[in-house]
Amino acid sequence: MKKKNWNGFLIAGCALTGLLIALMLLGKFWTPWPPTAMDPKAMYQPPSFTHLFGTDKFGRDIFSRVLQGGGTTLTIALATVAIGAAIGTLVGAVTGYFGGIVDDALMRLNDALTAFPSILLALLIISLVGPGKYNVVLALGIVFIPSFARVMRTQFASLRDVNYITSARLMGAGRLRIMLVHMLPNTMRTLLPALTIGFNNAVLAEASMSFLGIGVTPPDASLGNMLRDAQSALGRAPWYAILTGAMIALLVFGVGLIGEGLQQRDREVD
Amino acid sequence: MLEIQDLHVKFHSRDHEAVGGVSLRIDDGEILGLVGESGSGKSVTAMSIAGLLPRKQCALRGAILLDGQDLLLADRSILRRMQGNRIGVVFQEPMSSMNPLLRVGVQVGEALRIHQPELRPEARRALVLQAMADVELPNPEECYRKYPHELSGGQQQRAMIAAAIVSRPSLLLLDEPTTALDVTIQAQILELLKKLNAEMGMSMLFISHNLNVVRKLCARVAVMQKGLLVETGSTDDVFHRPQHPYTQRLIASIPTRHGREVS
Amino acid sequence: MNYVIRRILLLLLTMLIVSFLTFLAFELVRGDPAQAKLGTEATPEQLEALRHEMGLDRPFLLRYGQWLSGFFTGDLGVSYYNPTPMWELIAPKLGVTLILAGMSFLLITLISIPLGLLSYRLAGSSLDWLRTAFNQLCMAVPPFFIGILFSWFFGITLKLFVPEGFPLSIRADPAEAMTQLFFAAVCLSIPRIAMTVRMMRSTVIGEMQKAYVRTAISRGNDRRGVLLRHVLKNSLTGTVTFLAQTLAELIGGSIVVEQVFGIPGLGRFLVAEIRALDYPVVQTIVVILAFWVVLAGTVADLINQRIDPRLRLGGAK
Repeated sequence: MKKKNWNGFLIAGCALTGLLIALMLLGKFWTPWPPTAMDPKAMYQPPSFTHLFGTDKFGRDIFSRVLQGGGTTLTIALATVAIGAAIGTLVGAVTGYFGGIVDDALMRLNDALTAFPSILLALLIISLVGPGKYNVVLALGIVFIPSFARVMRTQFASLRDVNYITSARLMGAGRLRIMLVHMLPNTMRTLLPALTIGFNNAVLAEASMSFLGIGVTPPDASLGNMLRDAQSALGRAPWYAILTGAMIALLVFGVGLIGEGLQQRDREVD
Repeated sequence: MLEIQDLHVKFHSRDHEAVGGVSLRIDDGEILGLVGESGSGKSVTAMSIAGLLPRKQCALRGAILLDGQDLLLADRSILRRMQGNRIGVVFQEPMSSMNPLLRVGVQVGEALRIHQPELRPEARRALVLQAMADVELPNPEECYRKYPHELSGGQQQRAMIAAAIVSRPSLLLLDEPTTALDVTIQAQILELLKKLNAEMGMSMLFISHNLNVVRKLCARVAVMQKGLLVETGSTDDVFHRPQHPYTQRLIASIPTRHGREVS
Repeated sequence: MNYVIRRILLLLLTMLIVSFLTFLAFELVRGDPAQAKLGTEATPEQLEALRHEMGLDRPFLLRYGQWLSGFFTGDLGVSYYNPTPMWELIAPKLGVTLILAGMSFLLITLISIPLGLLSYRLAGSSLDWLRTAFNQLCMAVPPFFIGILFSWFFGITLKLFVPEGFPLSIRADPAEAMTQLFFAAVCLSIPRIAMTVRMMRSTVIGEMQKAYVRTAISRGNDRRGVLLRHVLKNSLTGTVTFLAQTLAELIGGSIVVEQVFGIPGLGRFLVAEIRALDYPVVQTIVVILAFWVVLAGTVADLINQRIDPRLRLGGAK
């Protein structure tokens, strides 16, 4: 069968995610209105051509704030996944490759940690280090390590005794070289979908925590704490909550489609 | 009793036909051996008789007549009435062919439950125990309550045979039933099949890549290569006077105690 | 039955370890509660007296033992801020959260198992991509956003309930309370149902490839028989494990959804206490939630051992 590199889910997901990320990047440099500019004469305006998503209780342009807040959410999610995946892969590679008692002990601990809802663990860490965007990254990064470690451990353990790894070892390749050059590229099929799932969990966790008021706190804007703000104005300005929430859902949906597309592509290759 | 006429099977995912025009006949009470290397189409032939090829994924042509009725044209519901009732199947891997979560007795009796629903549970149980005794499972009562993983490989295959013969089908399809077993058990199972054939007069299609096994069991043998039937005849004829070069090569490759066996 | 006893002993041991680690962690990070209570201007004598009063001058293990026994006697100590016995603070909130989690769990189980089987039947049809996309969409919408949409649509627009107007206790206005809990449960369930359906679908597809299915067909089983008598049971162990995980995740989800609806449950209480740095309460709630998670896992293991005889091997002999 012919190997297809692209499928519908992958294209749709990349297009949607690309568009959203482009908008959020744009928001770092330019927004239609200054995100913090208040206008007492334009409180709670419904969406219009002047204010695409309407305005909030201070007359601030919601679209501009969504772009900026989305950027924060995006940055946090990316940083979180980077920490979780990097350390998780390292732990998984070492324990999976070497095995033994350390492996057993770490995996028991891992099982125990992954059994807990990630938001609960993140809340605990926040309760120890306090809220704020850097602490959110720290908390969520730590929380995501075990799941990546588990997935990657299985991969490295299964690759350990594969023929071409054994032959690389016989040809005198060092452990580090084997792990990085020979094994790591072969784990991509598992790692990439895991990254998309991790990213989505990070977006949802950040949004939840900021919504609870223990994540990103004002004056920093993120989609989560904007929703918190929007909920209190639900009666007067429903569009505020609906459009902000829709941004979260679309971002997660887009990346979810990419993950689905990646998995489906690999299934077809088999 | 079974007649296959010019059977063609083509999977949509492949370019070549898996079976490219096979005609075969099995008489009442006969054991026909079907030999060939893996990929020769022998299993596909058996699966098409048993109605186990996914109809959406392949195209079938020709005719498979069981007592005059064409199984290829038959409706799914008619086919289902044949499966497990008139045709019993035994597969290669007994362990994975059994449902790990159902008791052995339940699985052996399943064909009865489907095809003779009017049977009372006690009567069904008695028939199941009888079938288990027929295949010489030790302690049928105990085996009835066990789960597949609690049986040895040989016992599992006996249980699978019991499940296939419990409703006394007229045709038994055996798809490499001894390949996964070790040699002593293999011999026992062959003896058992001979006995069942003699006692019940059941026709059998025995598929194997192992010529020695086929020779011990079958009166007639058919040889397949690349989806085609290359030779059919009595076991003696085929083994001593192979006509087709492929058969000659196959026979020449049988290792024997006295070097190569030559006719 | 031996394996049941073993599993329960393991559960107790796990709980002991978890509670000890939690106690230790809070001991290390919380600082000096006496100092926190009195502020920086307290004299050393005042501090010493309060420490004695709070029992902080006793050895660590003794305090741990006392705290642990509190889970059985009901004497869990007191919060920094509220003189009411802690158990009386926690119990009603725990009840509310249990109702919420129970409702969602019921919704998830009752809807996703049939839907999962149905979704398998759709596999390979031309509209399959639409089902996949819809499934992804349901997983993408965070429960608290669904909650906000519900408050706006069912609460503000249709006036089925009063947003953020949860009665002080369930007994005060059972109808209103139950309506709100129901909508909250639906919010919690939607993404989780999507995940469970997806998981069931791939499990069933995987099982369908297995050899025993071919055997079942060869005996004359129809589609329904194959699916219900053979495949469903074999898919069940994975589903049970997943549902146990769901039970744990529901706690995480309820923390946020309780906030949206203003439901006075344990999750919302936990967030408030975390923000107030009320460590004795936080520590107790954490152990209760941990117990919930571990208990769900244990129950799942026990159920799976009933379903799959191969899992009994270790304990039965």
